[in-house]
Amino acid sequence: MRVDLQEIRKYFGPIRANDGISLNLEGGKIYGLLGENGAGKSTLMKILSGYQPPDSGHILLDRQTVHFDSPATALAGGVGMLYQDPLDMPPFRVVDNYLLGRDRRVRLNYKAARAELQEITTRYDFELDLDAYVDSLSLGERQQLELVRLLAGGANVLILDEPTTGISAEQKEMLFDSMRKLVLEEGKTLILVSHKLDEVQDLCDYAFVLRKGKLVGETEIPCPNEKLVEMMFGQVPARSERPAFELGQSVLEIENLTIADYRLRVEGINLSVKAGEVFGLAGLEGSGQRRLIQACAGLLHPESGQISLEGQDVTSWSYHHRQRAGVAYLAAGRLEEGLVAGLTLTEHLVLAQPKHSFLVDWDGARAEMDERIIRYQIIGRPDSTADQLSGGNQQRLLFALLNTPLKLLLLEHPTRGLDVQSTNYTWELLYRRRQEGTAILFMSADLDEIIERSDRIAVFSAGKMSRIVSASETSVEELGHLIGGQA
Amino acid sequence: MNRIRALSWPQILQWLWPFVPAIAALLFTSVLLLIFDTTPAVAFEAIFDGALGDAAKRLSVMAFWVPLLLSSTGLIITFRAGLWNIGVEGQIILGAIAASWVALKLDAPGPLLIGVELILAMSAGALWAALVAVLKTRGRVHEIFGGLALNFLAIILTNYLISGPWQPPEGGTFRGTAPFQDKALLPLFENSRFSPLSLVLAFAALALVIIALRGTFWGLKLKALGKNTYSAYLLGVSSEREIILAMMFCGALAGLGGAVRTLSWFDSLRQSISGGIGFLALLVVMLANYNIYAVPVIALFFAAVRVGSIPLQLRTQLHSSLGGILTGVMVLFVLLFGDARKLGIGRGRPAEEKGAPEVSGSGLDPFSKEIVKGD
Repeated sequence: MRVDLQEIRKYFGPIRANDGISLNLEGGKIYGLLGENGAGKSTLMKILSGYQPPDSGHILLDRQTVHFDSPATALAGGVGMLYQDPLDMPPFRVVDNYLLGRDRRVRLNYKAARAELQEITTRYDFELDLDAYVDSLSLGERQQLELVRLLAGGANVLILDEPTTGISAEQKEMLFDSMRKLVLEEGKTLILVSHKLDEVQDLCDYAFVLRKGKLVGETEIPCPNEKLVEMMFGQVPARSERPAFELGQSVLEIENLTIADYRLRVEGINLSVKAGEVFGLAGLEGSGQRRLIQACAGLLHPESGQISLEGQDVTSWSYHHRQRAGVAYLAAGRLEEGLVAGLTLTEHLVLAQPKHSFLVDWDGARAEMDERIIRYQIIGRPDSTADQLSGGNQQRLLFALLNTPLKLLLLEHPTRGLDVQSTNYTWELLYRRRQEGTAILFMSADLDEIIERSDRIAVFSAGKMSRIVSASETSVEELGHLIGGQA
Repeated sequence: MNRIRALSWPQILQWLWPFVPAIAALLFTSVLLLIFDTTPAVAFEAIFDGALGDAAKRLSVMAFWVPLLLSSTGLIITFRAGLWNIGVEGQIILGAIAASWVALKLDAPGPLLIGVELILAMSAGALWAALVAVLKTRGRVHEIFGGLALNFLAIILTNYLISGPWQPPEGGTFRGTAPFQDKALLPLFENSRFSPLSLVLAFAALALVIIALRGTFWGLKLKALGKNTYSAYLLGVSSEREIILAMMFCGALAGLGGAVRTLSWFDSLRQSISGGIGFLALLVVMLANYNIYAVPVIALFFAAVRVGSIPLQLRTQLHSSLGGILTGVMVLFVLLFGDARKLGIGRGRPAEEKGAPEVSGSGLDPFSKEIVKGD
């Protein structure tokens, strides 16, 4: 099926997620859609699959204009999307999931469903136990189930969003074989959203590259990796000179750490951060860097390995224990994970201070908050509530609440959503902390920020941590290759 | 130049808003009464008369008011911490059982006996509440379900005691234990069921809660927990400890309410010793919009309507549950209309200061979801 996207635009407030993107895709081919975080890949694919409407622009299937108001109508029109987290019902059996949304009668026809399922699974060499419960399946098997559902629903255009994250090498081969079969034998159109260059090179015929909401390049595959990396990340402006800084003793030591959640397992993490050092973690969202920060904060128990703080083993310490020992953690969602909507700035300060009396000295706390408001340039009053502040001021408030001295500061996206001025000010505050000897470990989606601000960098890619590179010696190309999963 | 600004319509509406649900409830109940061929004015007058008609009735209202006030005051604490303490009913019953045990089994001079009764009642209520809290923090049972289950257990325990070990010697009626020794009962005001001592205790509890919420670090921690458990956890609040403490605090006051019930309203442990006062207290706090200063007034109003409905049947052939209907409908309308700003009348964001915890939100504790949000 031929797909034409014409001048698709989608704005979220001031953010231009899709800024006039036009793509032409022919049937019988596999297309790669590449781009770094926030480039607009997911937005574009959600528009094509009916999950959200565009602000303007047209979608043409076989040269006919179509309008999708839900994923169901998109599937009826022939477009199906396989999400990173499969849309299934874990407490149900495979066959129930298959029937869900397909058979709308009161009495379900299990016999026919089983026959259909059997037929499709054998055609694509899938191995699915129809009576297994979905929560007992691996992610790869759940993907297969979802694919079967989409194919049975009549999908001629299939969108796969990072399908190989979290599945085994064997399942990946099986998935790729079935994808080739779908294209070569049945003439379907496949779109692979990925950041793994090897997979794109291996599987795709053609690639589109998005950056900051715009289509910035397209190329036949195979092509040199360098070309793709350059299109994805662009050219970085020359780095501003930072004053050399004398690093102190090692503060954070991580040895042979293994962290895991339901989707991802990262093994063999070894790194150390010294007093006054800024250590950056790069990688696409969901590659394991956030889990590492949470493990350092004490919010995620590692499977194995050791985390030490100034030589002391703190692996088994709780979050609050580490907090008292001088570890601070600032999460990405400021108002969800850090500040309490409806609580005043003064109340936040009282909560965050290390020492408490039974009766709160409100006047003293308000005076202290007044002082910190001036020191941290917060636009707000001690009696303002945290949700009344702008994003930048919420970030300043979080910094104002940090205790001194601090041994280790862990940050997720410290400047996400901030304007240039607030970003610079945030880093000014962080540099002040490093002068005091705080070790800083941060993650960011902004590669430029990581290269510009860090002393050393580690890259996470699909659950693997790369070698550690020195920021002064690396280049955006090198990091781009590491993010793409190439050592 | 001073100029008095004319009040705009939205401003006037906002001022009048609290009365809207009350009027709506009266209208709704009136329609119900008309359907059953009763003149609403007669029924409402009967309730008014039944509650405030003479001194004895007014004292009855006071006697009903005290345990309701105690439970509502306790609930302010749990609501502040974001907890739906439905189990308050069971906590009242356990308080009553503990007080009854002392009254039936121990012998001591009157004041000492009463002191022991009250302390044990508070402890029993607190422990019953702690059970709900631990079920929540350790067993991940939502406090609504844990509380409901323990309410039933408390009722079953009462029935067992009444019909079994604590059965009156003259033979088993299923209604209650034998009357307690006189010195075990709270000193009553003249010939009423109202104990002035209990009112003093209730106001002391009220003052204590006001101080706890306004002035103490503990109160601040509860407020933070109630609004955002996870952020509060990241800021250093140990949610498990505070949840258990908040529940026990409420349980203690509810237990005291149960003791007042059994030692002044009744003189023995009865089958329905609480009679739904815990649930009524939940309604009081909701109607007060979680504002502690409004709680005594609303509780008094509820007590008046409830006591006033008792003689309704004699006067109007209506069942005494009309009072329950009236109060219930009123709360329903308050919840329905919310505050005016939520409906877009007047400007500004909806008042979140005293809002009720969301049922789904309060089930998320940091310790029950160690793995936080997805990457």
